[in-house]
Amino acid sequence: MNLILNYIFIMVILGASIGQMLSRDWRWNIGFLGTQYLSMFWFVQAIWPFNLAVIKLISGVIVCLALATSQKSSASFANPETSWPQGYLFRILAAALIVLATLAITSPTSNWLGIDNPLGTWASLLLMGIGLLQLGITIQPLRVIIALLTLISGFEIMYAFVESSALVAAMLVLINLGLSLVGTYLLSVENMEKIK
Amino acid sequence: MSAPAIWIILPFIIGIILWFIPNERLVTWFGIGFSILLAIAVWILPIEIPISIGNWSIKISATMRILGRQLILTSMDQPLLIFFYLTLCFWVVSSTIAGVKDKLIPYGFLILSLLISALAVEPFLYAALLIEIAVLVSIPLLKPPYTPPGRGLMRFLTFQTIAMPFILFSGWLLTGISTGPEELSLISHAAIFLALGFVFLLAIFPFNTWIPLLIDEAQPMSVAFIFWIFPTIGLLFGLYFLDNYSWIRESNYLPSILRSSGLLMIVTGGIWAAFQKNIKRILGYAVIMETGYSLLALSINGAIGIDLFIGLLIPRTLALFLWALALSIILRNISSAQFSSIKGLGRKYPFSATVSILSLFSLTGVPLLAGFPIHQSLWEQIGLISFTGAIWYAIASIGLFMGGIRSMAVLVASSNERFAIIESWPQRILLSIGVLTLLFLGIFPQWIAPFISRLPFIFNHLGR
Repeated sequence: MNLILNYIFIMVILGASIGQMLSRDWRWNIGFLGTQYLSMFWFVQAIWPFNLAVIKLISGVIVCLALATSQKSSASFANPETSWPQGYLFRILAAALIVLATLAITSPTSNWLGIDNPLGTWASLLLMGIGLLQLGITIQPLRVIIALLTLISGFEIMYAFVESSALVAAMLVLINLGLSLVGTYLLSVENMEKIK
Repeated sequence: MSAPAIWIILPFIIGIILWFIPNERLVTWFGIGFSILLAIAVWILPIEIPISIGNWSIKISATMRILGRQLILTSMDQPLLIFFYLTLCFWVVSSTIAGVKDKLIPYGFLILSLLISALAVEPFLYAALLIEIAVLVSIPLLKPPYTPPGRGLMRFLTFQTIAMPFILFSGWLLTGISTGPEELSLISHAAIFLALGFVFLLAIFPFNTWIPLLIDEAQPMSVAFIFWIFPTIGLLFGLYFLDNYSWIRESNYLPSILRSSGLLMIVTGGIWAAFQKNIKRILGYAVIMETGYSLLALSINGAIGIDLFIGLLIPRTLALFLWALALSIILRNISSAQFSSIKGLGRKYPFSATVSILSLFSLTGVPLLAGFPIHQSLWEQIGLISFTGAIWYAIASIGLFMGGIRSMAVLVASSNERFAIIESWPQRILLSIGVLTLLFLGIFPQWIAPFISRLPFIFNHLGR
């Protein structure tokens, strides 16, 4: 049963990551981010005590809500960067490369770290890869913040396999919340500028 | 009572309280007062030695426990704490005199206390998390109100955040390593992760592009604080790794890696500074070069490398803040820092123009200025190891020097401006004191020698 759920959640992460790349509406982006947090919780709760793992889910929900409240309802990524190709095809190909690359290194990474859940390793690498890819092709504050949160989510899954310190978990939660606050601050300032 | 409670928790609480005080003048006076008090307290209060006051006897313990972890500040850390709090005071005074209106002072206290806790935490790998929290706290400091976030700010946030997972993960790997040869592959992986973490954290080439961008986007005094505290703490954090892990410290490759990275940073910074047409960006390139000089100092084996690294701290701090103060005054009513916009402004701001040029020259290592003695020693030591390295060092210094000469030519160029000093008296006085200090430290470097000589004792193995 767990294995089936693992497969389901890895598909959810895959869909959310690619959706993250393709979406140009902040509602979808934040929705995908929330889905990523749900999947992260699933993989972490398999290793950590449920009480500790659920903190990640709760912090994820708070992060998404904080980011959502900072957005105007009419806002969108209508003004994309000009330095990179912005078409769907480019983004799908770039995401596909990340998917393949992370899939290829999942097994050696699991062996090296002694992780007995390769799907968890793939989920972690995939999130980190997609986060890095997004960071490389955008400077829009909301996208950057979501990319950083995605990157950290991936890292948190992998780190949960090797370290179960409650203090580290608490500080990582603090960093997630801090990043969302920074995002809220940057976006509110940007919105104020637009209003001016 | 414990030392971390006084010099970490208390400043953090002060920072929060100051943030809620609406009166800026009051915040300034409290900021100056508290930073001086904290510096004096470090000076006079012994750690782990009972003090008798009448019938009372109190002892400030070095350790404080938080959630099973420890914050430790020993008597060996006292010179470093004095340096940090006096510099904070200098920054508060400079920011006030520069006329900076935003809530800089509370953020200064918060960031400094978080970063001191990063140096004090045991196990020290938690420092990566504390540094990341300090990065997040510093964003409002770097983001002026009513302006959209710029490319430099986003890159700063991104690169500093990417550093954290690398360092945390390398920390996990390091805990599993003993010095036996059977863990060779683990050692190489840990070294790669650690190196990547520090490349991002210290803005080492090529991940330093945010530095010149950031200074172009934000208030010079705010950026100067970030340019001072993050590299200083990052480098000290790196030294803790060297101090704790003998296999890194004794690696044959480390000196050449540090030397190559350092030379690359100073040469690229110097060349870009030479051709730069934006006076703020020249400061950014000088900051890149300063990290490079620190890496060069650390590439020198033995006590002399650590002495040179620590010797760079005070002249750098002084020059950096004076330069930022001068730029804040010159650029206060100008939207652009391009040479075309500041042409002839030395006639209106002679004190600021003089200080900005002398600070730049001090960072270059021009004789009679604060940076000269230490740069001369560093250059000599690099020359003993690698003649080519010394040549590149000279090229880099000439590059920054050229940037200074060009800035000077622009500031004193003839323009429609009449010669009329419009700097306020407090600005003139502080800038004059700054120039005198730059000269005194250049002519009498032995003045700060007793203070600097105590700093290497924060390490158990390095510099011994």
